[in-house]
Formats: sequence, C-alpha cells, structure tokens
Amino acid sequence: MSELSSSPPLLQVDDLIVRYPVKKGLLQPRKHVHAVNGVSFTVRRGETLALVGESGCGKTTVGRSIMRLVRPSSGAIRVDGIDVASLSRRQLKPYRRKIQMVFQDPYASLNPRMTAGEIIGEPLGNFGIAHGADRESRIMSLLERVGLGRSHFHRYPHEFSGGQRQRLGIARALAVEPSLIVGDEPLSALDVSVQAQIVNLLDHLQQEFGLSYLFIAHDLAVVQQISHRVAVMYLGRIVEIGETADIFRAPIHPYTQALLAAVPLPDPRKRRTIEPLRGEVPSPISPPSGCAFHPRCPLAEDRCRREVPRAQEFQAGHFAACHVMARNNQYAALQPVTA
Amino acid sequence: MIPSSPTLPLSEPDTVLEVRDLQVQFETIDGVAPVLEGLSYKLHAGETLAIVGESGCGKTIGALSLLRLAPSPPARITGGAILLNGRDILTLPEEDMRGIRGNDIAMIFQEPMTALNPVLTIGHQIVEPLMLHKRLSRAAAWERAVEMLRLVEIPEPERRVKEYPHQLSGGMRQRAMIAMALACGPKVLVADEPTTALDVTIQAQILALMADLKRRIGTAILLITHDLAVVAQTADRVVVMYAGRVVEDASVFELFENPRHPYTRGLLASIPKLSDGNERQKLEGIPGSVPPVGARPPGCTFAPRCTLAIDACRQSVPALDSVSPTHKVACWAVMDKTSKKELERAIV
Amino acid sequence: MSSTRIMISSDPVPAQASAAASRGRKIARWMLRNPRIAFGAALFGIILLLTLLAPLLSPYDPLQMNPMNRLKPPSSEHLLGTDALGRDVFTRTLYGGRASLMVGFSVAIAATFIGLCIGLVSGYFRAVDNVLMLVMSGLMSIPGILLAIAMTTLSKASVTTVILAIVVPEVPRTARLVRSIVLTIREQPYVDAAIVTGSSVPRILFRHILPNTAAPLTVQATFICASAIIVEAYLSFLGAGTPPEVPSWGNLIAEARNFIRLAFWILLYPGLLLGLTVLSVNLLGDGLRDLLDPRLARQMKARS
Repeated sequence: MSELSSSPPLLQVDDLIVRYPVKKGLLQPRKHVHAVNGVSFTVRRGETLALVGESGCGKTTVGRSIMRLVRPSSGAIRVDGIDVASLSRRQLKPYRRKIQMVFQDPYASLNPRMTAGEIIGEPLGNFGIAHGADRESRIMSLLERVGLGRSHFHRYPHEFSGGQRQRLGIARALAVEPSLIVGDEPLSALDVSVQAQIVNLLDHLQQEFGLSYLFIAHDLAVVQQISHRVAVMYLGRIVEIGETADIFRAPIHPYTQALLAAVPLPDPRKRRTIEPLRGEVPSPISPPSGCAFHPRCPLAEDRCRREVPRAQEFQAGHFAACHVMARNNQYAALQPVTA
Repeated sequence: MIPSSPTLPLSEPDTVLEVRDLQVQFETIDGVAPVLEGLSYKLHAGETLAIVGESGCGKTIGALSLLRLAPSPPARITGGAILLNGRDILTLPEEDMRGIRGNDIAMIFQEPMTALNPVLTIGHQIVEPLMLHKRLSRAAAWERAVEMLRLVEIPEPERRVKEYPHQLSGGMRQRAMIAMALACGPKVLVADEPTTALDVTIQAQILALMADLKRRIGTAILLITHDLAVVAQTADRVVVMYAGRVVEDASVFELFENPRHPYTRGLLASIPKLSDGNERQKLEGIPGSVPPVGARPPGCTFAPRCTLAIDACRQSVPALDSVSPTHKVACWAVMDKTSKKELERAIV
Repeated sequence: MSSTRIMISSDPVPAQASAAASRGRKIARWMLRNPRIAFGAALFGIILLLTLLAPLLSPYDPLQMNPMNRLKPPSSEHLLGTDALGRDVFTRTLYGGRASLMVGFSVAIAATFIGLCIGLVSGYFRAVDNVLMLVMSGLMSIPGILLAIAMTTLSKASVTTVILAIVVPEVPRTARLVRSIVLTIREQPYVDAAIVTGSSVPRILFRHILPNTAAPLTVQATFICASAIIVEAYLSFLGAGTPPEVPSWGNLIAEARNFIRLAFWILLYPGLLLGLTVLSVNLLGDGLRDLLDPRLARQMKARS
C-alpha cells in the first residue's frame, strides 16, 4: 500500500460538477439537475477504486465524464497531470489510449453486426497501432488473454454467452494498452457463477499489466473483493472515501453504515431482522438542503439541515463528510491546522 | 412406536401447491426445444420456498406456468401437473383459471412499473379484483384498498390510493404491487425476483416487509430468484434449478451448510461474502456457462461444467434422491458416494 | 429424457451426397415459412420478366398505329385486342410496365437515399436536427399531387419531372424513419464503446449506425415503390404525369376510359397488371418487415 500512495496519481478528479438542464415550460426559468455536485478523488497506478452508491447518486455520470462521453460543467479531470475536462474531440484522441471502458450490458455494448475480430480490431485500427497480419496476431493474443480461443475470431456477438461477451468487451478495452479501465457495473448483468470468473480475470489482468481500475458498482460484497479503496456517493457527492478494509470494518458516515447493514448475507443463520434505513433517495431535481442525507439520517440535527458538511480526515486516508461524526473526530483534532 | 401427538411436527404440513413433473417446451419457427424437463416440488402452507437458479434454468417459465401465463407461443406445457389444493389447474378451462389468478395464486414481478397499469390509479387496480373475486361493494373494496396500502406501510394511504403508478417511487411501487397481490388473500404468492431491480437499502425494506407479512398473514410464498443471499435471508426451503431440472431440494440450513450438488457448491463458492476482515477471499466460480435452451447436453446437463463428472453423468439423467428426510439431490457422483457410505455403515 | 431432445434444423441426408438437393429443400422450406415473401417475389419476378422481355414476347411496336384495326377484341392476332388507334394492347401493356416500374424503382431508390442522408445527419448532429426537421415538416405539408401538377405545368412533362414530384414528399418520411433509428442506436452502449475506442464520426455513422437502418429501410423502400407506381398512375390519369406519348399504365388507363363501353379490354389489362404489381410489392414488403422484425411477427401471430 505504501508504495502505491507515494507515486503521483494516474487520475485526479477535482471538484467535478455535471449539470443537466431540465426543461419545465417555455416561460418558466431553466432548472438544472446536479447529477454530480463537486466530486474529488484520485486513482493511483495499479490501484482499484470502487465508486459505490444507489441509483441516482451520480456514480455512472462520474464514470461517463471521465470517459468524456459526458462533458463536465466544471472541474478538472487530470490524467497524468493533463486536464482533459475541456478538450475537444480531436484533442481527446491520444487521451483515449490511456483510459478505456468496460460496460454494464455485455449484450448491448457489442455491435451485433461485427465479428469478435472486428470488434477487438477496431481500436487497433483507429489508433493505427497495428495492421494486416500484425493486427490479426494481436487480436488472437488478446482473445487468448481474456480466456477466449482463436476459433472465436470470426464469430458474432450473438454466438457468445453473457460471460464470453464481457470477456470480449474487456479484450476490446485492453487492445490499446490503457493505464486505467473504467468499469461501469461490469459484473451486474452476469450470472453469479460467471461473475466470479470475470472478477478473477480482472484481478489477473491488473497484476499482469499494472492496470488501474475505477470500478462503478452497487454490490458491496463484490466491491470488498476487488477494490483497494472505496468511495461512497449519495446524491451527487462523495460522503466517504477510504481504504476498503477501513470502510468495511469501521464505516463512519451514517449512510455507509446503513448501506453495509442492508447487504443481505448468504447465511440463513445471520438473518437481518431490522430495516436498516427508512425512506428512499430524494429526487436530484430538488435535493434536500444542507446534508442531502439528513431526511433519512437517524443522527440528523439542526446543523445538518442548514449546512453542507465538508469532508474531514478521520484516519490516515479515510475521509467522511458528516457534521455529527466530525464533532467526535479525534484524528482531526490531532492534525496540525493547514490553510 | 409412539403415537404421534398433535404438537409434534412429525407429519408433513399441508401442501398448498404441488408441481409434479412439469414439462414445458419452446416451439418456434426454428424447431422445438425443451425448457423445463420435469420440474417437481411441493409448497407447504405458511412456508417460503425459494426457487433459485441462473439465467436460462427455466425458473421464470416455471413460475408463469403456475398461472398458465407463460407466453405462448413459444412456450407450451407438454406434461405434468400443477395441483392447487389437490386440483390439477392445467386441466381447468380458461374461465376457471381466471378465478384462480390473483385470487388463489397472486404474483409480484421484478419490475413494478411494467406490471402496473400506468393509466389507472393504484386504488383502482386493487379494487377491481376485489369486486370481481370477492364480490365486495365498491365502497367496501376502496376501504380494503386503503387498508392494504397501510398494511404494506405506504405512508398516507388515503392519498396514495388515488395516485397513479408514476407518482410513486420505485420502492413504493413494489409495496403497492405487494398490496395488490395480497388484497384477495391468496393462498400462494409467487414473487419473481421481487427485489432485483431495487437498490440495496430498498431491497432490505421490501425483504423485511415480506418477512413481516408472512408472519402476520401466513401466505405461502414461492420466491423466484438468482440471488443466494436473498434466499438465505428469507426462505425456509430451497429448490436449486439448473438448465430445466431440479438438482437439489433442501431446507435452507442444510443447503447453505451442507450443499451436496456440485452446482450448488459452485454457486455458493461464487458469491462474494461481506466480511469484517481485510483479507480477500478467492472466488471460485464455475468454469463454462449455462447451455442455451435448444443446445443442452444429454445426461446430466451440468456434467460439462462439473469437476466430479463420471461416465454415468454424461449418459443418463440422475433422479432426485433423498440424502436426508429434508434433503434431496440429483447427482450420480454424490449418490455414488452416499450409497457406498451407507453400504459401509450397513456392513459395520 | 434425452430422447425428447430435438435437434433444430437437423438434416438426415448426408450433406456431401446431396448438397444441391438439400439446398433446394432448404430454399423450399424457407419459402414455406415465408409464404408472403415467396408469393410476392414470384409474382413480381414474373411481371418484371414480362416487361423486360417485351420485345421478344410481342412482334408489334407499342407506338405503331394501325387505323384499320381499331378497337379489335382479343384474337389470336392481337392477344389482348387493340386500342382506339389500332395499337396492340398486349404490347402496350408490357411496355407500359417498363415506364411504371422505372418510376417505382427510381422513386424508391432516390427517396431512400436522400432520406437516409438527411436522417443520418439529422439524427447524429443535434445542432442541425431542428432546422432539418423543420424543413422536412414543411416538405411533408405539400400535397404531392398538386406539386406534380404544378411542376408539369411549369416545365415540360417528362418521366424525370414525375419522379421528382413523387420523390419530394416521400423524402421526409424516410428521413424521419432513419432519424428515429439513429436516435435509438446512438444511445446504445456499443456506440459509446466506439467513441471511447477512438472511432471517428464517419466511422461511427457508417460502420455502427448505418447497418442498422438497412432492414427497416428495405421495407420502407418496397412500400415507397408500390405507392410510387400508384401515384404515377394517378398523375398520368389526371394528365399531369408521364407525357401521353410514353405508354405507362397510367396513360393506358387514361386513354382507355373513353372507350370503356366499346372496348373494356384496353382498360382491363393495364389495370390488372398495375394492381398485381402493387399487390406483389406490398406482399414482399409485409413479409420482409415480419422477417426482419421477428419480435413484431411473433406478437402478431400470438394475437391472431
């Protein structure tokens, strides 16, 4: 861990904001949805950072902004120190070789009219990496690397099973030899027995190539398996971020605690009898004042309704944004004050 | 012999629903392929039975067949029986079937938005079956609708009953659908992946609600799911399906503590478990993937992915056999060992 | 249990021995499964052959007048009789098909191609979408027949004018169809994947989006073709279509209406062939639509 933290981050996201206009009527003032509302984090080389949260928390939008499938409204996305948040389509191209994406739906993320070879060969052609026989041999080795065979080269996506399709998607992402792969729920559409295969494959590839992953997920049990650090999002903001072990052993934010308590355990002797959290995620069009979690929070007090809490360090590398917990934060009190 | 006293739960509890050797096939322009090849199980009064399996195992078609709602074409029931209180509903005329749907057997679906009619109020959708099946007056039915919404813990039921599905949040819609399903007091509630589309905190709420309702109402629940954690949390008994057949049938404790079928074992080894420690477990997974309908191998359909497979597995289909009074498994390799042990025990 | 397993499309005959025979059987089976396509294609093929082979099938010149033989009923000499100027009706009907089918094909190809281009641009580039769709709505509001009459009045009546007049109101329909397909496809994750892997805009348009429009466009083209043949007949009947000296089905029917009591055959045969052509093209289109959209076909079968 210490080696990882000493090297400069591969990806640094600073105060990322993504707004969408909501059209109400012709004469009414334009409203905005803040899908992502000031998110900052880093991903180091060889590290897996998991971005977790419930639907509508903005985790997918963060991933899509990093891929520049969505244009951020403000903030910086630095890859190897270069801010790509406001680059034009053409300027983006060299950057796309560094960051690739694996999608949630292995069926819809492959063009049904292209063969496996064409799908994996496309990035090789787009970046002029390899041509002719060289390209073919690279495609073959990519197929083998993700656990598919040479015989799959000429097959179409519909001839593959769900797990095999996801392997194809991973091979396509690997083709340009990226440093970071953004996985947008890459496991959630797969059967459990196949999920484990893909988890192991991703793990293996990380060790082989020193890849970094930004893993967007909602399944906390999977996240614990594969990530080094975890960031928990709620309504467009990160409420807690830290080492996986710390987050799972001693979650700080009441939302993280509730999220962990809600995960059903595959053990009939450990049945959860209480409802961990009441209510549902409010609409991001009209988010609650102050801390967005306060209407569902068992600890909420007056200040939470008025003031957005700022992230505080509770342990080395473990941050959370909560007024109530911050009051009892001994670690912060011990730290020298910095401007 | 001790005469069985009524307090001893030795005798088998009442069977509400029994599925016996159900056969369903898909008939398409391209040919005929079996989907369910002999599905059998019993659902007892007041229990929650989970049918668990991965995509393509036939669990959903099996559930829809209970209401004779499997999409036809392509699905066609070609054999077996579905006994509701001893009466085979597969032989009933369609009119009688209408009296059973929603009244004796109710169903809740994975995606509440598609199962609710978007142009009718929630109340209207609860009231209609009540007036049809229970012959309640309009006023009485509306009163009961409000009562049902209160039962599933929807806040302000008097107001919500007049709202349309799109005005409710995802979790509230799932609650409304449960209220709708339970309104007529069905004997069997079929829940097809009821929490799969929900966020984890909402899933926990719905599972808690279902457990609470089962305690209070005593409806037998048939839970169709792929999620073993949900099964562990809610089920009394579990039927594990693979590629159109039952491979294991056991009480929930036996299944999780002593799984016998290699597929069940593989499935349990595949699920990541939340732990307090910081050590990462290595997930096993099962090599290969589920064979698609129409391309299932002969013999035991799991044999090509099975590490224990012996010659018998590739040739003939193993039958479901008891390994304990509440545990059945269909596996040649397992039965081979069990019978050897039994033999040894008999000799000693 | 394993005996219930039925192989899909199994062929008991050894493949090598009778490859040709099995292929023929495959085609036959396919035709049986898609009777509308088979029937439509066969009928259309026959009509197309008749018109293409007209010079071989008939000894007469379609324009050759013969005042001695006016309004003769069908005979061994004149298979379908003669018209008011003594021209052979059989010959003129076949040659008439050439003009009508030419108009049908040209309109289908032109409208599909132009609509495809506009639809692709409009669906993919949000900036021009509003303007293009406004223009399309404007074009759609022009009544096609009035446009054709205006155009033939302003310029010299010619087959090109007729084609142009039918194409203009058809283009917006195709453009809208293509645009709606592009809008759905561009939301597909595989288009995101193409962007992320560095594909250029033309590559995304032509490699990832365009192929998905082929099937619905083919269906649309058949319907445009059928309707163009009918519209050509309308226009010619009204005198705003193909120039009267060109024997098209519309012109033949228009000329024949004055003699319907004296010689019904002049009207009957071009009319019949026109009807059969439109029927065959529509059958082909219907069948293709169901074949290319199996989900829709299954729903329709389930309902009936």
